[in-house]
Amino acid sequence: MNLFLDAFGWLFAPEQWTGADSIPERIGQHLFFTVIAFVIASIIAIPLGYLIGHTGKGREVAVAISGAARALPSFGLILLLVILVGVLQIGPSVTAALVILAIPSILAGAYAGLESVDRRTIDAARSVGMTEWQILTKVEIPLGLPLLISGLRSGLLQIVATATLAAYVGLGGLGFDILQGIQTRNYPQTLGGAIVVVVLALLLDALFGLLEHFAVPKGVRGARGGRIASEAKAPIEAQKAGGVAQGVSAAGR
Amino acid sequence: MNWLSNNLDLVLELTVQHLRLAVIPIVLGFVISVPLGFVAYRYRVTRGILLTVAGLLYTIPSLALFVVLPAITGISVLSETNLIIALTIYAVAIMARSVADAFASVDPGVRQAATAVGYSSWRRFWAVEFPLAGPVMLAGLRVVAVSTIALVTVGILVGVQSLGYLFTNGFQRRITEEILTGVVMTMVIALLVDLLLALLGRALMPWARATRSVSRRARPRDAAVGGASA
Repeated sequence: MNLFLDAFGWLFAPEQWTGADSIPERIGQHLFFTVIAFVIASIIAIPLGYLIGHTGKGREVAVAISGAARALPSFGLILLLVILVGVLQIGPSVTAALVILAIPSILAGAYAGLESVDRRTIDAARSVGMTEWQILTKVEIPLGLPLLISGLRSGLLQIVATATLAAYVGLGGLGFDILQGIQTRNYPQTLGGAIVVVVLALLLDALFGLLEHFAVPKGVRGARGGRIASEAKAPIEAQKAGGVAQGVSAAGR
Repeated sequence: MNWLSNNLDLVLELTVQHLRLAVIPIVLGFVISVPLGFVAYRYRVTRGILLTVAGLLYTIPSLALFVVLPAITGISVLSETNLIIALTIYAVAIMARSVADAFASVDPGVRQAATAVGYSSWRRFWAVEFPLAGPVMLAGLRVVAVSTIALVTVGILVGVQSLGYLFTNGFQRRITEEILTGVVMTMVIALLVDLLLALLGRALMPWARATRSVSRRARPRDAAVGGASA
């Protein structure tokens, strides 16, 4: 446990909290890139996911892309983009890599959310005279919200984790202390940096957990809150598993 | 293609090393997850605890986990064992939940029938529940396999050699082709292992396809998910 004491010693030393390269500054850098990438990825993936979910078209392509994206090594993608776009454009290239990595989870959350809506509910909406647009905005989107937020949550965590690796190309952020500590054999610095990353990730995760909880529309019972199975970049498989499991739990319990 | 043709030996060597680093956590993760997932499925209290812990562990960014673990285990940050333990933790975090879902997917009627014809709970587990839970477990295992293979590359930042070496080395020497080779090879291995697992599943669980065609009639949408990802 001594190692943790050393790490906390490093973490709470006054020099880590003021001036250039301080921990608040690193958190700021980390969050800056995280938020930008997250917003861009959402703007691209949510409408696309809704289009796929509402029309049912193009889902095979989306499933294939999500599957292949899971195999994509994030660290390699960052380095590849940085070297392709140019070493002077580190910020934009890293952001692009983060966006690419977050899109599949968010896309899957968006269309899985729409698909999770009971067909009979949609038929009912259509039969009382709702237009397709009303069905989408008043029925499908609210009911699919928990799964969308679950997808956003795993996309965001993917970005936070990958942004840590971006320190290697000189982007700063919280990965900086981890890597510098390894290079200079200053383990307390490495461990201290890692603790901050973990806390940040857990806080963001908790925030989205709460959002997901409150996203379940009033009056919807048997809400499907909770995370999609270890959602772990895996909403598709989970949905498959969940589809079977839900069938059983509906019948058996 | 110059770099690649001059360095085929290196790429091959790193690929073998990469596979070794990935296969151990995948297998360990599966073996550990089956009992954990079963307990989580069987008892409500353990389910909540296990799924929460698994969720939290999965939330930890990989690089952070790689460097925090040594402070707990006492193993060197730079050692292979440390990487393998970390990847096993991720594998369990994904897989335990899949296993719990898998056992929940077994038709309760079949379970009762097995009990009724006199199966002991031990035999019922191995002869009925485990095989029938197979298809859903396999889906989870495939996710674990692919994501583990991708994650191994991050190990290069803590000094463990794998195809990730091509990323850092290629970056330092500004050889785009080297990095690209690393990315492509990692994806190729991941997709090949995924395919292998899918084929293995077909060979070992011929009933999975039969079940799927039944569900296709009942629930067209779910079957579409199954078919597309198979």
